[in-house]
Amino acid sequence: MSEDINKLERIASQVRRDIVRMVHACQSGHPGGSLGCADFFVALYFSAMERKAGFDIDGIGEDIFFLSNGHISPVFYSTLARAGYFDVSELATFRKINSRLQGHPTTHEGLPGVRVASGSLGQGLSVAIGAARAKKLNGDDHLVYALMGDGEQQEGQIWEAAMYAPYNKIDNLIATIDYNGQQIDGATENVLSLGNLKAKWEAFGWDVLAMNGNAMQEVVAGLAEAKSRTGKGKPILILMKTEMGYGVDFMMGSHKWHGVAPNDEQLAAALSQLEETLGDY
Amino acid sequence: MKKYTYTDKKDTRSGFGAGLLEVGRKNDNVVALCADLVGSLKMNDFIKEFPDRFFQVGIAEANMMGIAAGLTIGGKIPYTGTFANFSTGRVYDQIRQSIAYSGKNVKICASHAGLTLGEDGATHQILEDIGLMKMLPGMTVINPCDYNQTKAATIAIADHDGPVYLRFGRPVVPIFTDADQKFEIGKAWMVNEGSDVSIFATGHLVWEAIQAGEQLAELGINAEIINIHTIKPLDEEAILKSVTKTGCVVTAEEHNRLGGLGDSVAQVLVKNRPTPQEYVAVDDSFGESGTPAQLMDKYGLNAANIVAAAQRVIKRK
Ligand SMILES: Cc1ncc(C[n+]2csc(CCOP(=O)(O)OP(=O)(O)O)c2C)c(N)n1
Ligand SMILES: [Mg+2]
Repeated sequence: MSEDINKLERIASQVRRDIVRMVHACQSGHPGGSLGCADFFVALYFSAMERKAGFDIDGIGEDIFFLSNGHISPVFYSTLARAGYFDVSELATFRKINSRLQGHPTTHEGLPGVRVASGSLGQGLSVAIGAARAKKLNGDDHLVYALMGDGEQQEGQIWEAAMYAPYNKIDNLIATIDYNGQQIDGATENVLSLGNLKAKWEAFGWDVLAMNGNAMQEVVAGLAEAKSRTGKGKPILILMKTEMGYGVDFMMGSHKWHGVAPNDEQLAAALSQLEETLGDY
Repeated sequence: MKKYTYTDKKDTRSGFGAGLLEVGRKNDNVVALCADLVGSLKMNDFIKEFPDRFFQVGIAEANMMGIAAGLTIGGKIPYTGTFANFSTGRVYDQIRQSIAYSGKNVKICASHAGLTLGEDGATHQILEDIGLMKMLPGMTVINPCDYNQTKAATIAIADHDGPVYLRFGRPVVPIFTDADQKFEIGKAWMVNEGSDVSIFATGHLVWEAIQAGEQLAELGINAEIINIHTIKPLDEEAILKSVTKTGCVVTAEEHNRLGGLGDSVAQVLVKNRPTPQEYVAVDDSFGESGTPAQLMDKYGLNAANIVAAAQRVIKRK
C-alpha cells in the first residue's frame, strides 16, 4: 500500500509541475484550484477508476469522470496526458490558438478524455446524473464521478441536481466538492457563505463523507470508502478539504492564485518546490 | 479621411468602472450587483465609495437578475455586473420574464464580450448576446467602442427608463473618442463622411473600421464610417441617409453574423432601400482560446477584412 501511495505522490508532483508550467507558458489560466486538486485527480485516474485503454466518448463498461469546475483544466489535462489519453507534449499548446487544450475543457476539438464542455459553472453535476442514468439503462454497473468547486455551490442548478439524484436513487454516482474555501472575489465565507454544506447535502438525501484532499493516503482511502457505499440507493457526496495552491508555498493561503499566472521568477520558485518525477513535457 | 489618433489605450470595462463610480455620485438611486467578478468588472471604486449600495450575490447569476428586478420596485436603478455570457444566455428567462416583460429598469452590464476575451475560450466567449438581447421587446442594446464612450454610456443609461444591455470587453484598445462626449442612446456617431461605401461598425470593430478607412483612402476609395454604438433602437435615419449616398454597405461586429448588427441593418435596408451588403462578423461558429489579436485575425474581424469586404461590395453596386 505505502509503495503505491508513494508512486501516486510522485505522479502528483509531476502533475503539479505540469500545471504551473502550462499556466506560465500561456500567461493565463487557473493554478490555484488545479494544484489543490492534483492529489484527487491522480488518485482517481491512477487508482480509483476502472478505465479501459483508449478513449470512447460513451465510456461503456468503464468508470467515467466529469469536471464541472472547468477552470481547473490544467490539472485535468495533465492527468489525462500522464494517464495516456494523449501525448504529454501537447500540454505545451494549452490555451494557445488551434489547440485541443482549450482554456476550459471541451469536446469541440475532440480531446480524448473529455466528455462534455464545462467552464460555465454549475452544470456538470446534472450531466453526470444523466450519464449515471444512461449507465443504469445500459445495464452497465460502472461508476460516474464528478468534481465541483465550493464557490460553484452558489449556483442554483447544483441544488436542482442535488434534489433530483437521491429521489431517483442515482446510487452509481460519486460527486466531490473541492472544499478549499476560496473563490474569485475572496473566501467563500466573505462572498456568500455556504453554511453547513454537510448538513445541506444530507438534508437533500445524499450519503456524505469527508476527506482531506491533500494527503494521498486519505484520498485513496476516501475514494475507496465512497465506492464501497455505492449501489445502496443513495448518491455519494465527498466533501474534500483542500488548500488552494497546495504544493507551492506562496500560492497557498488565499484566493489570490485562483486565476493568475506566475512570472518567470515565480515559476522557478514554484518548480524548486516540486520534484520532477516523470520528466517534464 | 478624417484623422483619428490616440494617446492612450485602455479596456472598455475600465470605462464601465469609471462610469459606474461617476453615475453613483450623481444619482443616489444607482446600486450595483456582482456575481463573484468584482475585479474583472472594475467595480472596486464604486464598492469602496458606496459599500451600502453594492450587493455581492456570489456565483448565482439567475438570483442576481431576480434581485435586480426587485430592487427597481422601490425606485432603485440596479447595474448588474458579470461576463457577457453569464449576463445573457445563462439568465435569459430571468431577464425575459422578471426584467424585460415586467418592464424593469435594470442595467445589465456585460464585460468580456466576444472573441477578445482571449484565452478562456469558447465557453466564455459569447458571440450571440447581441442577438439574444435585441430580440427582447423593450430592451435597449448598446456596444460602445472605447473607454471614453463606455464611460459616457454607463452614465447615460441611468437617465433612460427601461432595461438596457450594455456590452463591453476585456482587451486594451485605443481611446479615440472625446472624454467629455455626451452619449445619446440610439443616435449613431458619424466617424467619417464618405461617398463610396458605408461602413457601419460597433464595439471594438469601430477602431478597425477607422484603420480600414485609411487603407481604403490610399486605394482611392472614400468610405463613410458610422459608429453604431446602439444596436437597438437602431438609428435607421442615419443608416438610410448614408446608403442613399454610397449605395453599398459593410457591417462590422465582434459577434455571430446571425442575429447581430448586420442583420439589424439588413432588415432596415430590405424594407426601405435594398442595398448590397457584406458582413464582417464571425461566420456562425464558436470561438476558441488564443490571444485577442490571433482570434480577430483567424475569425476575420480586422481592418484587412473590412477593406476586402468594402472592395467586394462596391463591385456589387
Ligand atoms: C456561471 C459562471 N459564473 C461565473 C464564472 C466565473 N468564475 C470562474 S471560476 C469562479 C470561481 C469559482 O469558485 P470555486 O468553485 O470555489 O473554484 P476555485 O476558485 O476554488 O477554483 C468564477 C466566479 C463562471 N465560470 N461561470
Ligand atoms: Mg473554491
